[in-house]
Amino acid sequence: MTQPAANCPNCGAKIVFRWSSSVQTVCEYCKSILVRTDVDLKKVGQVADLPANSSPIQIGTEGVYNHHALVVVGRIIYEYDQGTWNEWHVVLNNGSAWLSDAQDEYVVTFAAPGRKLPAAGEAQVGQRYTWDNEIYTATTITKAHYCGVEGELPFQYWDKEDVVFVDLMSAGGKFATLDYSDETPALYLGEAVEFDDLKLENLRKFEGW
Amino acid sequence: MSASGPNAPQKPQVKSLNCPSCGAAITLRSFTQAVTVVCDHCHSILDAQDPRLAILQKFEAAVGEDRPLIPLGTRGKIRGTDYEAVGFERRTIHVDGVPYSWHEYVLFNPYKGFRYLTEYNGHWNDTSILRSVPSLDRDANPPTVSYLGETYRHFQTAQAATSFVLGEFPWQVRVGETADVSDYVSPPRVISSERSGKEITWSMGEYMSGGDVWRAFGLPGNPPEAVGVYENQPSPLSADTTKIWLAFVGFLVVMVVMLIGFSMAARKETVLQGTYAFDTNSRTDASFVTDVFELKGHTSNLELQTTADVDNKWIYLNYALINVEMGKAYDFGREVSYYHGYDSDGAWTEGSHSDSVAVPSVPPGNYYLRIEPESDFGRGNVYYSISAKRDVPQMSWFGIALLALLVPAGLITWRSMSFEHLRWSESDYAPSSSDDDSGPGDFNRPITLGNLFKT
Repeated sequence: MTQPAANCPNCGAKIVFRWSSSVQTVCEYCKSILVRTDVDLKKVGQVADLPANSSPIQIGTEGVYNHHALVVVGRIIYEYDQGTWNEWHVVLNNGSAWLSDAQDEYVVTFAAPGRKLPAAGEAQVGQRYTWDNEIYTATTITKAHYCGVEGELPFQYWDKEDVVFVDLMSAGGKFATLDYSDETPALYLGEAVEFDDLKLENLRKFEGW
Repeated sequence: MSASGPNAPQKPQVKSLNCPSCGAAITLRSFTQAVTVVCDHCHSILDAQDPRLAILQKFEAAVGEDRPLIPLGTRGKIRGTDYEAVGFERRTIHVDGVPYSWHEYVLFNPYKGFRYLTEYNGHWNDTSILRSVPSLDRDANPPTVSYLGETYRHFQTAQAATSFVLGEFPWQVRVGETADVSDYVSPPRVISSERSGKEITWSMGEYMSGGDVWRAFGLPGNPPEAVGVYENQPSPLSADTTKIWLAFVGFLVVMVVMLIGFSMAARKETVLQGTYAFDTNSRTDASFVTDVFELKGHTSNLELQTTADVDNKWIYLNYALINVEMGKAYDFGREVSYYHGYDSDGAWTEGSHSDSVAVPSVPPGNYYLRIEPESDFGRGNVYYSISAKRDVPQMSWFGIALLALLVPAGLITWRSMSFEHLRWSESDYAPSSSDDDSGPGDFNRPITLGNLFKT
């Protein structure tokens, strides 16, 4: 899966892609945000210091989801009224997904393009939507603030500001997120997962634990 | 691995800060996960996400200062995972102006996140937030929620106010803030919904005894004794009730089979029969012996039936069943009496004309009976017949066995029903006739197990 190394156009450090379809990555050394072009890597921005965050997950964490091996290759970090949360970009052997970690509550979701979605500002708490024969009820609307990125992402994502997410749940235990950070809303479908079920390895260590 | 890259993040450490209000030391045990933290010293509620710990609220704790039973910073094992007690709050409801309070402990593990322990009157619950929404049936009476195939019955709804806080919370905690809390029970579990504003949080608790909590956290001394029956406390008897009735049916089948077996195998052989007259006017010794008869087969009982022609009199017979070869005697006495007459209530009778007794465990051999009758002097002849039968099935033993099985089964069922009655007497559905002051919303009024048998 690992691709031939390239070099950071800013500092010359070696850049390795863990996932062949990654569109964007961040140089580990100089924190330049690099976007892949047909020929090379182009610097599009710079990550400022990421806020302190105590997710036990880090880039390189490995685990299992639904009998598929997963590895964490990147993340987007957001700030909201309960602190910060991470959307970890994970690569499975059958594609890529998101493992979100907010206050150690874990949810795995997959991009679900091509569904009819409510426009920005339309969804209210309590409203119901049906996707893939599952009825979802909107439970929370989160106004978040983009804080930065790390590692590889499946799309270009940088220089964002305030973004709105709508979380929805189904009676059958399914989870959905409407992401309004781009002009066209995006839907992610998945479920809450137990930490132990992910059998994660190469986690962060906590002093005293 | 890139984690070992040039700018690998530092190991998160427990942060020590100072209260901006009074300068006292503040420890952040849940790393960056806490949203609010409370200064133990001056009771300022601080913004844990703010590096300067902005003061969000100050509350008066002069009244109702509370110390957590599990000191903050204590670690314990819950379901195999270590958790540290990081926060503590008291929540209060009012019923007819009377406050009732319970305590909630915030537990934290850096990998598994937050979990809660609640305590009321020595009853504990291990509680965690649900990741999916249970389906609510408002039309049921009482309303129910279904979750993972299990149905929970509505127990009560009350408005709970946060009345004391200490330590860290993964939400914006404020003293005085209220939420509508509804509990739905299916012992040993309880599902609770908390509504504040638009948001509803669902959680599930599982009953824990104080002893389990004390062991989990290695706390010294003894936990406070649990008072009364709690809403989702598992009945110590409900499992037994089913089991004992199953056992009862099992034993009943065995007994009926045994009864039929014994009855079929029994010889029921008449070995002696005779009619005798006792002259009560005579002063001579009335004792005599019968002919020798043989008791065959295995060691078994001998049923002796005495029938006497008594009319407002009695006859008492001293019997001795004597083994010819061994000389061993079984002594016993039987009385036959029959009285009748009239009084203000009408006709009455007392006693009967016959009596039956079984001499148990008589070995085979040759026997005779020595009979010595007694009665009042000068009442003429009393005629009586005796009939001895070998190996007669004794129904009375089966009756006693049946009763012996029925009594504990009945008692446990009754106690189990009393337990459920006590549980629901604290709910919104308490029968108002049973207890005048336990109206709707009478939340967890202290009751004692002693009341269980005082109905």
